[in-house]
Amino acid sequence: MIKRSFFKSSYLPYLLILPQLIITLTFFYWPALQGLIQSFHLSDPFGMQSRFVWFYNYIELFTDPLYLRSIFITFTFSLMVATVSIFLGLFIATMASRALKAKALVRTMLIWPYAVAPAISGIMWLFLLHPSYGVVALGIKRWLGVEWNPVLNGADAMVMITMAAAWKQISYNFVFFLAGMQAIPKSLIEAAAIDGASPFRRFWTITFPLLSPTFFFLSVMNIIYSFFETFGVIHTVTQGGPGGSTNILVYKVYQDGFVGLNLGSSSAQSVVLMTLIILITFLQFRFVEKKVQYTG
Amino acid sequence: MKLRKVLIYAIVSLCLALPAGVFAEPVTINWWHAMRSARGKTVDTMIEKFNASQTEYKVVGTNKGNYDETMNAGVAAFRAKKQPHILQVFEVGTQTMMLSGAVYPVYKLMKDTGYDIDWSNYLQAVLSYYMNADGKLMSMPFNSSTPIMYYNVDMFEKAGIPVLSKTKPISWDELGAITKKIVDSGVAPAGMVTAWQSWTQVENYSAIHNLAFASQANGYKGLDCELLINNPKVVHHIERLKGWADDNRFMYGGQKYQGPKSEFLAQNAAIYMDSISGIAKLQSSVKDFRWDAAPLPVEAWMENPQNSIIGGASLWVLKGHSKKEYKGVAAFLKFLAANDMQEYWHKETGYFPITLDAYNDLKTKGFYKENPLQEVGITQLNRAIPTEISRGLRIGYFVQIRNIINEELEKVWNGDKTPQQGMDDAVARGNEQLRTFEKTYK
Repeated sequence: MIKRSFFKSSYLPYLLILPQLIITLTFFYWPALQGLIQSFHLSDPFGMQSRFVWFYNYIELFTDPLYLRSIFITFTFSLMVATVSIFLGLFIATMASRALKAKALVRTMLIWPYAVAPAISGIMWLFLLHPSYGVVALGIKRWLGVEWNPVLNGADAMVMITMAAAWKQISYNFVFFLAGMQAIPKSLIEAAAIDGASPFRRFWTITFPLLSPTFFFLSVMNIIYSFFETFGVIHTVTQGGPGGSTNILVYKVYQDGFVGLNLGSSSAQSVVLMTLIILITFLQFRFVEKKVQYTG
Repeated sequence: MKLRKVLIYAIVSLCLALPAGVFAEPVTINWWHAMRSARGKTVDTMIEKFNASQTEYKVVGTNKGNYDETMNAGVAAFRAKKQPHILQVFEVGTQTMMLSGAVYPVYKLMKDTGYDIDWSNYLQAVLSYYMNADGKLMSMPFNSSTPIMYYNVDMFEKAGIPVLSKTKPISWDELGAITKKIVDSGVAPAGMVTAWQSWTQVENYSAIHNLAFASQANGYKGLDCELLINNPKVVHHIERLKGWADDNRFMYGGQKYQGPKSEFLAQNAAIYMDSISGIAKLQSSVKDFRWDAAPLPVEAWMENPQNSIIGGASLWVLKGHSKKEYKGVAAFLKFLAANDMQEYWHKETGYFPITLDAYNDLKTKGFYKENPLQEVGITQLNRAIPTEISRGLRIGYFVQIRNIINEELEKVWNGDKTPQQGMDDAVARGNEQLRTFEKTYK
C-alpha cells in the first residue's frame, strides 16, 4: 500500500519549490547567462567599454591550435585520473571489505586523503617528485636511471599531476565502493564459494555487476572532478607548464580571465567547457547507463 | 512599558541631535595592496606612522592577496562602485589601468590638491615606466625592483674565479667562461639559474642592449604595436642559453622564482638572476654559504649599456571619491615619498628608494658602505638616461604575453623548438593578443 499525499490548492507546490527555484536561477542560470552574453563581447576589465563582436572570441579560440591541444590534454588527463582513481579505489575497497582486525581503523585511515585540500595534495606530490628536491624523484634518477624532469618534460609533468589529482579521489571512490560491496548479500558470495568459484570469478560475476551503478555514478563524478576540481593541483604543481603541456581547460579559463583579465575570451572558454561537460554527461547517460544493472 | 519606550526615544533623538563634531571621525582612506608577510608588516608600520602623524585622515591598509588577486579585487570593487581610494597594481597591469578610465592620474591629483612635487627628484627609470605619452605621471611608483645577478662566493673561490665588481657588469662571454669553470671543476652541478625568465632574459636583456621589445616605442606610442623579440640579437641570446642548457652551464628551474631560488639555495647552481627584492630573503635564509651580487651581464659589443627596466608595482588612485578624501590620498602619497619612509622601505625590503634625495641621504649616512649589496640595482638602473626603448614596456594583455614567452622558452629548453622558431611563435601568438587588446579599446 503506497501512501499518497494530496494537495488541494494548486499553487502550494509551486510556492514550496519557489525558494529552490530562486536560488537556482540566481546562482546558476543568471551567471551562466551572463557568461554567455559576455562571450560575445570584447570588454575592458573595468567595464567602461564593451563591444559586441559576434563570434570573434570563439573564432579566436578554435583557430588557436593550442586551445585545441588544451581540449585534448583535458580529455587525456580526465580519463587518466578517472581510470587510476576508480581502479585503485576499487582495489582498496576489495581488500578492506574482507574480514580484518582493526577494520574500522583501517577504513577511517583510508578516507583521510579526501579531506586534504587539492593544493596541499599538489604541494606534497611536488615534494616527492620535483626533479631537484623531490625525494622519490632523486631515487628514480639514481636507482632506476630514468631521466625524470617534470619541470621540462611535458609527459613527466602529466604523470605527476595525474598522480596528485587521482590520489585525492581514490578515497572518495573507496567509500562508495565499500558501501556498495556491503550492500551485496553475503549469501550470494558464500553460495558461489561453496560451488567452487575462485575469488576472482566471484568478484567478476557477482560483485562487479552488482557494483555497476556505483561504477557509473563514480565515473561521472570523477570526470567532473578532473575537469574542474583539479585546478588547485595544477595551480600549485605545474601552472599549466612546461610549454603548456598540462594546461587543462579550467586552468586556461582562470589564466585568461582572472589573471589576464581578458573577460571575453575567458567567458567563451567557460561556455565551451560547460558545453563539453553537458555533452559528456549526456553521452554517459545515453550509452553507458544502458549497461548498468540497477537491480540485483 | 511606556517608560521604556520614552527612554528609547530619548536616547535615539539624543544621538541624532548631537553635532557631528563631537564624533569627528577622521576621513578614512582605503588602500588595497598585495604586500604580505615581512613586506606587509613594513607597509603596516608606514601606515601607522602616517595615522599617528595627523588626525584628519586615517589610512586603512588591506592585503588582498597576491598581485593578480589584488588587481581583480580592485576591478570587481570598481564595478560594484565600492572601490578603494588607492590600489596597488603590478607593472604588467599598467597598460590596462591607464586605459581603464577609472583612474585619477597622480600628477593631476597632486596639482588639484595643491601639492607641488619636484618629479625630477625621482629615479627617472622608475618614473618613466608609469608616465603617459605626454610624460605625465599616471600612478605613484611604490615598490620597484630590477633584476641583478647573485652568486655563490664559496663556489667562485673553490673554482678559482675572482669575485665580481658591483658596478661594472661582466660580459656574457665572461659569464660563459665562468659557468664553464664552475661545471668543469665540479663545484656545482650547474652554472646559472634565472628567475622570471621573460623579465630577466628577454625584457631586461632587450632594455639593457637598447633593443626594442615591441614597435611604437615598446607600445608607449600606440595600441597597434607589435612584438619584436624575434630579432637576431635576442634569438642569439636564447641560442646561447640553449647551448648552455645542454652542457649544464644553464639550468632551467621553473617560470617564477621559487624553483630557481631553491636551486641556488641548495647549491645546485652558482649564479642566480632575480629581482633586487630577493636580497632580504637571501639574507634571512642563506646560512651555509657566502653570496654576493653583481649587475646583470652585458654583451661585449654594448659599450655603454642602458639601464635595466623595473618590475614591481605602483599605486593607482581610483575615481569616484570626494574632494576631501582625495586631499587625504595626496597627503598620504606625499608622506610615503618622504625621505625617512623611503629609506625605511628600502632598508627593510631591498626595493628602490623612490627619490634621489632618499638615495643620497642614505649614501651620506654611509648605508651603502655597510650594505654594498643594496646599491647594485640602483647603479644598474641609474647608469644611463632611459631611452624610448629602455624606459619600460606598455603592452596590452602583458600577463598572457609573458605566459606565451614562458611557454615558448620552455619548448626551446626541452628541445621541441629551435630558438628562432620559439621566438617567432612567441611573436606571432603575442601579436594576436595585442590585436584583441587593440580591438577592445577601439
